[in-house]
Amino acid sequence: MFKTYFPIALLLILVLGMAFVIVLLSRFLGRRIPSKDKLSTYECGIEPTGDARGRFPVKFFLIAILFIIFDIEIVFLYPWAVVFKKLKVFGLIEMGIFLFILLIGYFYIVKKGALRWE
Amino acid sequence: MLTVVIIALIKVAVVLVVLLLMIAYLTWLERKLLAHFQVRLGPMRVGPHGLLQPIADGLKLLFKEDVTPSGVNKVIYTLAPILSFVPAFMVFAVIPFGDKIFLFGRSIDLVISDFNMGILYIFAVASLGVYGIVLAGWSSNNKYSLLGGLRSSAQMVSYEVSLGLSVIGVLMLSESLSLVDIVRSQDTIFNWYIFRQPLGFIIFLICAIAETNRLPFDLPEADNELVAGYYTEYSSMKFAMFYLGEYANMINASAIATTLFLGGWQGPWLPPVVWFFLKLFTFLFLFIWLRATLPRFRYDQLMRFGWGILLPLALLNIFITGIVMVW
Amino acid sequence: MQFFIFLIVSIILVVASILVIVQRNPVVSALFLIAALCAQAILYLLLNATFLAVIQIIVYAGAIMVLFLFVIMLLNLRKDEFGFEKRKAQRFFGILFAILLLVELGVVIKIGLSKIPSTEFSLDPDFGGVQSIGKALFTDYLLPFELTSVLLLVAMVGAIVLAKKKL
Repeated sequence: MFKTYFPIALLLILVLGMAFVIVLLSRFLGRRIPSKDKLSTYECGIEPTGDARGRFPVKFFLIAILFIIFDIEIVFLYPWAVVFKKLKVFGLIEMGIFLFILLIGYFYIVKKGALRWE
Repeated sequence: MLTVVIIALIKVAVVLVVLLLMIAYLTWLERKLLAHFQVRLGPMRVGPHGLLQPIADGLKLLFKEDVTPSGVNKVIYTLAPILSFVPAFMVFAVIPFGDKIFLFGRSIDLVISDFNMGILYIFAVASLGVYGIVLAGWSSNNKYSLLGGLRSSAQMVSYEVSLGLSVIGVLMLSESLSLVDIVRSQDTIFNWYIFRQPLGFIIFLICAIAETNRLPFDLPEADNELVAGYYTEYSSMKFAMFYLGEYANMINASAIATTLFLGGWQGPWLPPVVWFFLKLFTFLFLFIWLRATLPRFRYDQLMRFGWGILLPLALLNIFITGIVMVW
Repeated sequence: MQFFIFLIVSIILVVASILVIVQRNPVVSALFLIAALCAQAILYLLLNATFLAVIQIIVYAGAIMVLFLFVIMLLNLRKDEFGFEKRKAQRFFGILFAILLLVELGVVIKIGLSKIPSTEFSLDPDFGGVQSIGKALFTDYLLPFELTSVLLLVAMVGAIVLAKKKL
C-alpha cells in the first residue's frame, strides 16, 4: 500500500509546492506599478459596461446534468469491461439491456433538440 | 521502507524535471514546426536555431508585472491557475515510460506508481482540471473570461463522456485497469490496440485533442472572438501556469495514447525508454501538424459532433468489440 | 502509520466540511466541498476500497460539483438577495435534525464498536478492486444494476423537462 500511494502523494506535494512557489516568485520578482486604468477590466479598450457575471443560457446546465448521467453510465462500464471475458454472452446481454434503456433516453434527448445549439 | 522513499524521490524528481524540459522545448518545437509549415524560419536569434528561446521566454515571464485587476475575486483568481496546473502534472504518476531496469541488484519499475486503477486515476485527476478553467473565467469578472470559461468547461465535460467510452474496448481486451498490465498485454505489434481497436483509437484521439483545447477545438480561446478566453485577465507567471498546464496536458494525452494504443514502451532493437519517447513525439508532432492544417470548429458543430456522432460511435465500438470477443 | 494518515485526513475532512457551511461566498463553499470529497476519497483508499475512491472523485468531485458551480454562477446571488432574516420554523427544524443526526451518529458508533473483530483477519487481495466489484455487480446484484438504467432514464427525462419549458 505504501509503495503504491507514497510516490503519488510525494508528487502531489512537490507539484503543489512548485505551483505556490511560482505564484509567489512572480509576485516578488516583477515590478509593480499599478494604475487605475491598468487595473480596470479589459474590454477591448473601452470603458467596461455592467457586471460580467450575468445570467447565461440554461443549455450549459443541461450539458452538466447530461454529463453526470452519462458519467455514471460509464462508471458501470469499467467493472463490466474488466470481467467481460468471464461473463461472455451473458455479459453482452446484460449490458445490452442496460444500454438499450439508456439509448431510449438518448434518443429522447436528441428528438427534443436538447443538444442543438442554435 | 527507506529504499522505497529514496527510489520514489528520485523517480518523481526525474519525471518532473524531464516533464518541465519537455514542455519548454515543446513550445520551441511548436513555433519551429509551425514556421516551417508556413515556409518561415521561426525563432532564430536566441542561441543556435533559437534553442535558448524557451529559457528567454520563461525569464521574461518571471520578471513581468503581475497585474491583478481591481474587479477580481482575489483568492479564487490566484487559486485558479494553481488548480489547472496541479492536475496536469499529476497525470504522469501512473504512466509507465519504460520496462523494469536493474540497478545495484534491485529491479526498478519505470513508472512512478503502478496503481491498479491506473486509467481511472487519470480520468479522476483530469476531471478535476475543469475547475481551474471555470474558476478563472468566473473570478476574473470579465465577459470574455466568463464566456471562455463556460465554453471550455462545457466542451471538456462533453468530450469526457466519449473519451471515457472510447477506452472501454481496450479494457475489455486487456482485463485490467493498470497501465502497466495494459502495456504488457501488447507484447507484439499485432497486439497493439491501435490495430485491434481502430475505431476506439480514432475516437480517443479526437476527444483527447478536444480535452486539451487544441485546434481544431480551441474555441475556449478563440482569439478573434474571445480575446484569450478564460485567461484574458492573467499576466506574468499566473498566465504562464495556464500555458504550462496546457502543454503538460498535451504531453499527457500523447503519453496516454501511446500507452493505451501503441504498446507503450514496447518495441524491438531500441531501448524501451527510447521507444516510449519516439511514440510520444509522434503524437506531439500530430498535435502541431493539426494546428497548422485545420480551421476551428463552430460551437454548435462542436457540440453536435461530440454528443451526436462520437458518443453513438463509441457505444457502437463497445458493442462490436463485445460481439467479436464472444464469437 | 495508517492511523496517523487517517487522523490527518479526517481532520481535513471535518474542517473542510465546516468551512463549507460557514463561508459567505458560495463559490468558496463549493471549493471546500470539493476538498472534502477528495479527503473522503482518501479515506476510502485507506479502507482498501480503491475503485470506490476513484469513482468518488470522478462522479462527485469531477461531475456533480461542476453542475453545482454552474448553478452558483448562473444564479449569481448578491448578499442582499440571500434573505438572511431568520425564520423561526427554519431554526426549529435545523436544531431538531441536528439532534437527530447526533443521536444517529451515537447509535452507529455504538453498533460499530461491538462489531470490530478482536482478532486479525485477512482480506481477499482484490477486495475493493474492479474485478471483485464486477463479479458481484454482474452476477449477484444484477437486478439493482439493470434498475439503475431506468433511474438514469428518469433523470434524463427530468432534466429535459426542467430545462426546456418550450419543447
